[in-house]
Amino acid sequence: MTAVLAAASGLFTQSFVTALIAGGVLASIPLMFTAVGEAISERSGVLNIGLEGMMLVGAYTGFLGAYEAHSMWVGFLTGALGGGVAAALMVVLSVRMGLDQIVIGIAITLAGEGITSVLQQAQFGGAYPRLPAYPQVAIPGLDSIPILGKSLFDQPLVVYFGLGLVAAVAWMFSRTRWGLELRAAGEKPEALDAAGVSVLNTRSYATLATGALAGVGGAYLSVIAAGTFTPFMTQGQGYMAIVIAMLARGRPVWVAVASFVFGISLSLSTALQLTGINISADVINMLPFAAIMLALVIFARSAYLPPALAVPYVRGAR
Amino acid sequence: MADGALGAGMSPTDPGAPAVELVGISKQFPGVLANDDVHLAVRRGEVHCLLGENGAGKSTLISILSGMQRPDSGTILIDGEPARIRSPRDALKMGIGTVYQHSTLIPALSVLENLMLGESRRIVLDRGRARARMAEIAKMLGVEVDPDARTGDLALGRQQQVEIISALWKGSRVLVLDEPTSMLTPQGVEELEKVLVQLKQQGTAIIFITHKLHEALAVSDRITILRRGRAIGELSSEEIRSSTPEQNRATIVRLMFGDATDIGDAPELQTRIEDVEDLGARRLTIAAGDEEEPILELKSVSAPGDGLEPGIVDVSMKVRAGQILGVAGIDGNGQRALAETIAGQRRARTGSVELFGTPVNRLGVSARQKLGLRYVTDDRLGEGIVRNLSVSINLLLKRIGEQPFWRRGRIDARKVNAAALELVAEYDIRTPGIATRAGTLSGGNIQKLLLARELSLGPKVVVFNKPTYGLDLRTTENVREVIRRLTAEGAGAVLISTDLDELLELAGEIVVLSRGRLVGTVQNGRDAAERIGALMIGDGDSPGAVA
Amino acid sequence: MAIAAEDRAAAPAPPAPPPARTATGRGQMVVLTFVRSLVPVVLALLAGAVLLLVLGRSPVRFYSDVWRYGVELNNWQNSAVLMAPLLLMAAALVVVFRANIWNLGYDAQYLLGAVFVVGYGPWMFAHFPRPVAYAVLFVIAGLAGAIWTIVPALLRAYFGTNEIITTLMMSFIGIDVANILVKGPFQDPTVTIPQTKTIPYNDMLPNIPGTHIHVGFLVALGIVLVLHYLLTRTSFGLRLQVFGENPKAARHVGINVRRLIISSFLWSGFLIGVSAAVDILGLWSYVRSNWNPSYGNTVIPFVFLARLNLLAVIPFVAFYAVLSTGGDLATQAVSLPTDFLLVIVALILLFMTIIEFLGRRRELGQSYLTKGLREALRQPLVRRRRSP
Repeated sequence: MTAVLAAASGLFTQSFVTALIAGGVLASIPLMFTAVGEAISERSGVLNIGLEGMMLVGAYTGFLGAYEAHSMWVGFLTGALGGGVAAALMVVLSVRMGLDQIVIGIAITLAGEGITSVLQQAQFGGAYPRLPAYPQVAIPGLDSIPILGKSLFDQPLVVYFGLGLVAAVAWMFSRTRWGLELRAAGEKPEALDAAGVSVLNTRSYATLATGALAGVGGAYLSVIAAGTFTPFMTQGQGYMAIVIAMLARGRPVWVAVASFVFGISLSLSTALQLTGINISADVINMLPFAAIMLALVIFARSAYLPPALAVPYVRGAR
Repeated sequence: MADGALGAGMSPTDPGAPAVELVGISKQFPGVLANDDVHLAVRRGEVHCLLGENGAGKSTLISILSGMQRPDSGTILIDGEPARIRSPRDALKMGIGTVYQHSTLIPALSVLENLMLGESRRIVLDRGRARARMAEIAKMLGVEVDPDARTGDLALGRQQQVEIISALWKGSRVLVLDEPTSMLTPQGVEELEKVLVQLKQQGTAIIFITHKLHEALAVSDRITILRRGRAIGELSSEEIRSSTPEQNRATIVRLMFGDATDIGDAPELQTRIEDVEDLGARRLTIAAGDEEEPILELKSVSAPGDGLEPGIVDVSMKVRAGQILGVAGIDGNGQRALAETIAGQRRARTGSVELFGTPVNRLGVSARQKLGLRYVTDDRLGEGIVRNLSVSINLLLKRIGEQPFWRRGRIDARKVNAAALELVAEYDIRTPGIATRAGTLSGGNIQKLLLARELSLGPKVVVFNKPTYGLDLRTTENVREVIRRLTAEGAGAVLISTDLDELLELAGEIVVLSRGRLVGTVQNGRDAAERIGALMIGDGDSPGAVA
Repeated sequence: MAIAAEDRAAAPAPPAPPPARTATGRGQMVVLTFVRSLVPVVLALLAGAVLLLVLGRSPVRFYSDVWRYGVELNNWQNSAVLMAPLLLMAAALVVVFRANIWNLGYDAQYLLGAVFVVGYGPWMFAHFPRPVAYAVLFVIAGLAGAIWTIVPALLRAYFGTNEIITTLMMSFIGIDVANILVKGPFQDPTVTIPQTKTIPYNDMLPNIPGTHIHVGFLVALGIVLVLHYLLTRTSFGLRLQVFGENPKAARHVGINVRRLIISSFLWSGFLIGVSAAVDILGLWSYVRSNWNPSYGNTVIPFVFLARLNLLAVIPFVAFYAVLSTGGDLATQAVSLPTDFLLVIVALILLFMTIIEFLGRRRELGQSYLTKGLREALRQPLVRRRRSP
């Protein structure tokens, strides 16, 4: 680490900063989709520990869709579907039947890890076919801003969708009846029930949305970032997304900011390689998690979770 | 509360079909027949009171009417038409609004947001329309509430007004109020009565649920008495008006408790029927001995609250041997912080807690317990017992690891069971056995279990937090007797209660807790209730202070 | 006056629950518990068979292979060897789960323990007699695991920070730290691939005479039995259980909750470290980079199925050891990745919660959680007079 800091002064060449920010944006997108999704279900009172599994399933089905249909958009669609199906399991077992959200979450993650690996092997027999690279879309004018222009405004189209999604979810939380109902379901489900809105439906939709978004996040990893699917490729990003949603207190804009910060730390290894400094991949891999632990230690008192989080709702139970 | 303030002249001359009618409602829960063939007809412009003990089936009936539960059999008629109420949404659509005993407002949301909850008209919230609707209803009720205030910041009386507005949001055919006065000051109750008068004039049918007889007589046009799940009698508006309050009382008591039962079994009735002066005199003889050294003393103690519960600020009080110090106050004014600070579950931020003249601030729960301090918690199920553990272990929960029940860390099951059997017998805990899971006991027996645990082995000062809340009359009387006996034997007691009648019955001196501060001390006696009520309101911003 | 007659009314008071356990009641309960524990496993194996069929593989062949490679001939001894670390891992999880705390950082705790054993092992054996070296290495590994739980433990104890998240994050960090150690200070200088030095064959744990099962198996079994006693018969176990069932009650009755949280975390981490020591000294003898057997993930369902009872854990762990030992080769035989076993484990977990749900519906309140002490206290009671 000290080596990084010592070299830092000479490091901040334009190419390094551009690579870092561009890489950070790219790496933050899957986190952002997934964490915004998690923010939705956390606000509604469902702690989605199975996010990692949903992301993996999304990554696999997304890859498959993009591979078979030769279209990244089909890939995102199938990714969302895959994540949604995994989330449906969570809906039935945890939300509807009231089973332990943590146990189910662990089971979904294990199942997601296992099944995608098995299917991948069964289908491709050990080969890892690649997808073509997809075009980037530059926003005319903005992309010519020095340093930031290239890195922020010359990106795959889905990146802009992600940013739009953040705005849309923020708007939904504060301005729509759905947002109000989601917040009520997490804060005090019995109040929502008394107001004549089904808590279970609200939480079910929230969980499905979470699964679909995690699926898109996973599909981004396989379709855009890696161009292929490899087992266990999410490498804990699902868990990172949970923490991001927690630290951002479920507020989408902060989710985006936090995702970007962690995206930067994920992309640091590539950027550093550009500068010729060679730091062990293990150290680099560790950084985002270390950053999260640090954030948790520092903000330990203020990470906010809704009062009814992970508490199954049963009408009439006190 | 002025008897008859609402009664006269309000009943419509031609009731027509009842606004809502329950026909033959039955509901069975595991082990309990909560409602048994209940018939009930509620007319427009009438306050119809459901009167019954805790556990008589009032709440179940209401949750059926409001769609929270479905009946096993029976029908509900709205304006004479059969109605299917399968969810709270159905009930609201039919104009049945309910104010539940436990607040259904979300403290973190604004008043307006709370009211908009459940609006299904459009996806995008229409704040302007909601504001207008709120103003309209508030005007009809004659109340004023800030729509943008954070709901959790409002006084409880004000919150209840928001709940009533919310219940009337989609129409005002029927308004159900479940124990609406339990959280209110006497002044707040008066204001609620005014609101009810307004609503009656609008033709709203009001169902008013209570277990307090005097309240029922004060507000109702009609009273139905529930007992063990059955509607066992009804007093019509004519009967109520044509008889004297005493006659009505006698009729109801007979219905509620049967001819054989003497009134002495019902302390709430007893308090009302007995002459208040007598009571006062009896108390004063107990409140003697001011010169004695206090066994428990709080000196300017402040402690943090948690979540929405306020902490306590600068509280000083003394308890002497043989004394019951009452702590009055509306629920949620720092009672729990006070009790837990004394018990050692919560650390005092400033000031000192002293037992027998020695500061114990640094001691934890078990160290204070060894000094003779005990705490009977109000959160019986939440923190009092461990449901999945046996009755015997729960009885000794505060002595884990202590001699003679544990020796060098190893449990001595024989000793544990012997002690448990003794306590079960002494405190008359009704349980199939001491190995039964404590969670399966009834509320009253759980309270007996807690009393047995806290009061065994030499208690010297005991903090009781709402010791009879939610208990049936017989157990309530038992518990009060236990408290009396305890202090007669020389221990001191702090009795925190939201039931003014209970405090007046037991305590010699009563301090009043408001927003975490002690706002005054009242010696029990003439006018004590009124003076305490005045103190509860404290400063100007009170739920009862709206002109 | 319109008194609706009959105030004899009053439905008879709800019948008292039947007097405590009769012999049949108890027998039924045992059967029920048995069924509830086994049915999820059977269902998961059936679902796994369906999955194999879908993938065009023969389930019959797969499961008979599992049996052949996991049990037949002397293969059961391989399964027993695998049981050693699994048992300790299960014990470590039971200690925290009983307190209703989730320690999901087992991978890092295990790997750090393992890396330190191989890191210091060769030197220890060169300078000290074997018994001393074993003891010291066990403690070092235990401490490595325990230390890795400290941050989550403190955060949980003092700020209530969700330990699921913190232990997972620490796990990701710890795995990388272990890799750094393997490639750095503990790298075997004589080879080019990233792996540690190897513990000499002669210094490995001796085998139980007549088998090739190392004595670590017996050590693990012994620790599990002692721990079972501690958890069910002592005040420590009861405090843990009270806290696990109702943390508010623990605070109310004056249990030092912070100390309890921290100590259960530390014990859990320690046991996981010891499981690594047993595994390395008994079986592996070295660690390669990016190696992670991830025992914890696979043990979790069985710990729950055993209802956090350590005696019941033993047969379940034996079952999984067979499934895993045999499954390793059986999956290869049908050309699937061994991750197929993960699917089966996840299915067991899912079916377990579903069966649990159905059971809870039948008999309100009965849950798979703890009943150790309740059970222990029942016996003397039956002989005594019934309480009033």
